Amino acid sequence: MKTPPYNLQEEKMVLDPEKIKKDFPILNRKIHGKPLVYLDNAATTQKPLAVIEAIHHYYLNENSNIHRGVHTLSEQATLAYEGAREKIRAFIGAKETSEIIFVRGATEGINLIAQTYGRKFIGSGDEIVISTLEHHSNIVPWQILCEQVGAKLRVIPINDKGELLIEDLKKIINAKTKLMGITHVSNALGTIVPLKEIIKIAHEQNIPVVVDGAQAIPHLKVNVQELDADFYLFSGHKVYGPTGIGVVYGKKNFLEIMPPYQGGGDMISSVTFEKTEYNILPFKFEAGTPHIAGAIGLGVALDYLKTLDLEKVALYENELLSYALEKSSEMADLQIIGQSVDRAGVISFNLAQLHAHDVGTVLDRHGIAIRAGHHCAMPLMKRLGLEATCRVSFAVYNTKEDVDSLFKALQKTLEVLG
Amino acid sequence: MEELHDLYQELVLDHSKNPRNFKKILDCNHSAEGFNPLCGDQVTVYLKLEKDLIQDISFLGSGCAISKASASLMTTALKNKTTKDAFNFFDKFVQMVTGKNSESSHLENLGKLQVFKGVKEFPVRVKCASLPWHTLVAAIQEKKGKISTE
Repeated sequence: MKTPPYNLQEEKMVLDPEKIKKDFPILNRKIHGKPLVYLDNAATTQKPLAVIEAIHHYYLNENSNIHRGVHTLSEQATLAYEGAREKIRAFIGAKETSEIIFVRGATEGINLIAQTYGRKFIGSGDEIVISTLEHHSNIVPWQILCEQVGAKLRVIPINDKGELLIEDLKKIINAKTKLMGITHVSNALGTIVPLKEIIKIAHEQNIPVVVDGAQAIPHLKVNVQELDADFYLFSGHKVYGPTGIGVVYGKKNFLEIMPPYQGGGDMISSVTFEKTEYNILPFKFEAGTPHIAGAIGLGVALDYLKTLDLEKVALYENELLSYALEKSSEMADLQIIGQSVDRAGVISFNLAQLHAHDVGTVLDRHGIAIRAGHHCAMPLMKRLGLEATCRVSFAVYNTKEDVDSLFKALQKTLEVLG
Repeated sequence: MEELHDLYQELVLDHSKNPRNFKKILDCNHSAEGFNPLCGDQVTVYLKLEKDLIQDISFLGSGCAISKASASLMTTALKNKTTKDAFNFFDKFVQMVTGKNSESSHLENLGKLQVFKGVKEFPVRVKCASLPWHTLVAAIQEKKGKISTE
């Protein structure tokens, strides 16, 4: 049997977008007879062949359940699954693999923290602070918790550029604040939040911080220890991995005092009808058979990113973003939404007086995939006085030619709908 | 690109930019609000019914060109028609945009509403075109609460 294709060689190379494009088979597709230009990466990224092959290999050769079988397949599957956990630990700079919990995605990660840490340590009259930039997934789980325990949700405002107002944050937090939930990068506007500064302010008041890193992990080099984040979570599918797998990082001292999330197999060390002893970290939070192939695929996706060199990726994506912003400024009818100086991966805009869905429909007929709508951030749209925006979001396989195709098609859109 | 021009015909663009009957009927006796949670389109239909006769009809709302033009053309088509006509139009309109029956002979009495025939080539936009019509039916029947496409 051939060696599992789970470990990609880390050979730093020149970042060649054309070569990278070839690693993603789906990008060869034609949409309505036009070459696909995929600019909806903040929704989900495409998958490199290495990830697809790893999943394929796992189901063809090693499929079995983990942490229990004495047989060879189970041993190999367990090794691959736990190997993926170690890759993730290294990728985000966590201290120990026991701090890495596999979940379905960022959404489940936030719900996990709300229903374990939140239910135990947040009570009636306490306050939870979030920001105006949040995705619904970092709003609704806290609203549910607030209803359950009688806590109150407070919101950090933004300015018209889409940047957080740090001075207001300082006024909002107080002795009743028991937790802060904050995004690292805004999915709708691309704003990079000054996380280190915010976490420092929160920690001065002993407030633990939960970071939604779903939009940051694909674009920024993240080190959870440097940030001093208490919890950091992200989805695999936004960082070139499969859907249905995501990660919660939590500081060990927090994870240890938290009750389990779900009950079942794998999260126990012994069960009697009188009492159950829970398993050690991280297994205490992983009830039931996990998405083994997904975890392995995510590990390979992170390997793939490492072969491209994360810093080069960030530089290249910034170059693309600047190029697109420059092109936008040349188009009189195009209004950029969100002018944060620090931004990653995303440009939100509106074209003339046209509705985003109409623009999205016309672009689709030109083979260009963008997101049109409220981006699961309805409170943010309301704050900006908008119903919807068009959003283009970049990944490492996008090129300047993609940007050119976009702007050509936007001109056509004006002709069709103008 | 032909489908695009079939979808966004002059008449559609005109009604989306200058919607007709875009107001609230102050002495309306029926109304309903429709909402498409997927894309945030929102429409409220106001009716002044005299027994079965639609004496006046108007709408307010926000959304894409298709949903706005569809609401606008619906109001112009139904003024002084009966509710029975309205239900008949509703059935034919929905059959047309979903592609279930878009034969010209079948759609003849829809008149200008046939401009939305092209919607059937754009499955994700069908709800945009049909939202005002579902809201109309709710207004006639005065169902309580919001109407949703989901």
